Amino acid sequence: MKILLHHPPREAALKGPKKVLQVLRELEILPDTVLVIRGEELIAEDEIVNDSDTIEVRPVISGG
Amino acid sequence: MRCRKCSAKAIIRLPRHNTAFCPPCFSEYVTDQVQRAIKGDRMFGHAEGVAVAVSGGKDSLVLWEILSRLGYRTLGLHIDLGIGEYSRISQRKVEVFASARNLPFVVHSLRENHGAGITEIAEGVHRPPCSACGVIKRYNMNVIALQHGMPVLATGHNLDDEASRLLGNVLHWQDDYLDKQSPVLPNSHPKLVRKVKPLYRLAEREIAAWAVLQKIDYIVDECPNSVGSKMFVYKDALNRLEDAAPGTKHQFYFQFLDRQKARAQVSPIEPDLRECVSCGQPSTAEICSYCKLVGTLQREAEPALKVLK
Repeated sequence: MKILLHHPPREAALKGPKKVLQVLRELEILPDTVLVIRGEELIAEDEIVNDSDTIEVRPVISGG
Repeated sequence: MRCRKCSAKAIIRLPRHNTAFCPPCFSEYVTDQVQRAIKGDRMFGHAEGVAVAVSGGKDSLVLWEILSRLGYRTLGLHIDLGIGEYSRISQRKVEVFASARNLPFVVHSLRENHGAGITEIAEGVHRPPCSACGVIKRYNMNVIALQHGMPVLATGHNLDDEASRLLGNVLHWQDDYLDKQSPVLPNSHPKLVRKVKPLYRLAEREIAAWAVLQKIDYIVDECPNSVGSKMFVYKDALNRLEDAAPGTKHQFYFQFLDRQKARAQVSPIEPDLRECVSCGQPSTAEICSYCKLVGTLQREAEPALKVLK
């Protein structure tokens, strides 16, 4: 799967299928600090991400 | 994962509430939390105009969207900080959002009005950018809101912002700041607006999720000047605690508010306000923070920068 990351913008790749939560744990990202978006849809942490999918891991933390 | 309310497929889990929601139930939850804040804390009524501080980020655009959907009369206030491409994209997000909904807004450009962007101003006064930015935004937002007849200024501060700010204030025992850290700051002077934070019951992730579900196009990039900000360090610490013990942030902030209310009943906090001898705006000191900043800029940065006022 292709993973689009922010801050700075970059790409990562992982083998699928995997649950969203597992993807985040492998990337060492706290689930509470990001949203995972496939296409334009928000996907939940128990959703399966397949090898052919592209997902955006969008941070939700701002400077306040 | 199923929605705890209607059993449809859930799209978000809220560990701090031990629940999960489908899109419609989540949307209802978010709106309910905002209404609960507005009514429960007596922030404002439908008869009052509400100025909304809008940066182009998720929190402020979500706040503006919810307030306008709830039928409040709003005016967007955007400060163009003059930080190159970041500020141009931010302002564009505000313009597109407002024009799609036919919502009125005002833009105050630091470069146009004061001759310099926030980065140069902060360098000129030898202060961290976020500190100078805070002083300039607070001053201008208050003045502009009142100029447009808006007695209330709403900002998009969320639970994470408030909990991390609280952590910073507690770590440094900043009693003065702790006294003022409230979702509602009454207008303790005729020249001050009432400041309110209707999103304080919602976590940052909940607000971002709602923005995505409602297809609100916000700026995802962070302000370049906020790199290395202490606020990120506090948020990171709290997020690690939250991951280990969901609900920590909520308990930390809400239990602080309970204690603050109890203290205020015993000894109400009356700010000792006078009018700044330089600009006439309310201040706790003889010269307000804004005029002190301007004074430093005039002494140290002229003639490289134009005078701020």
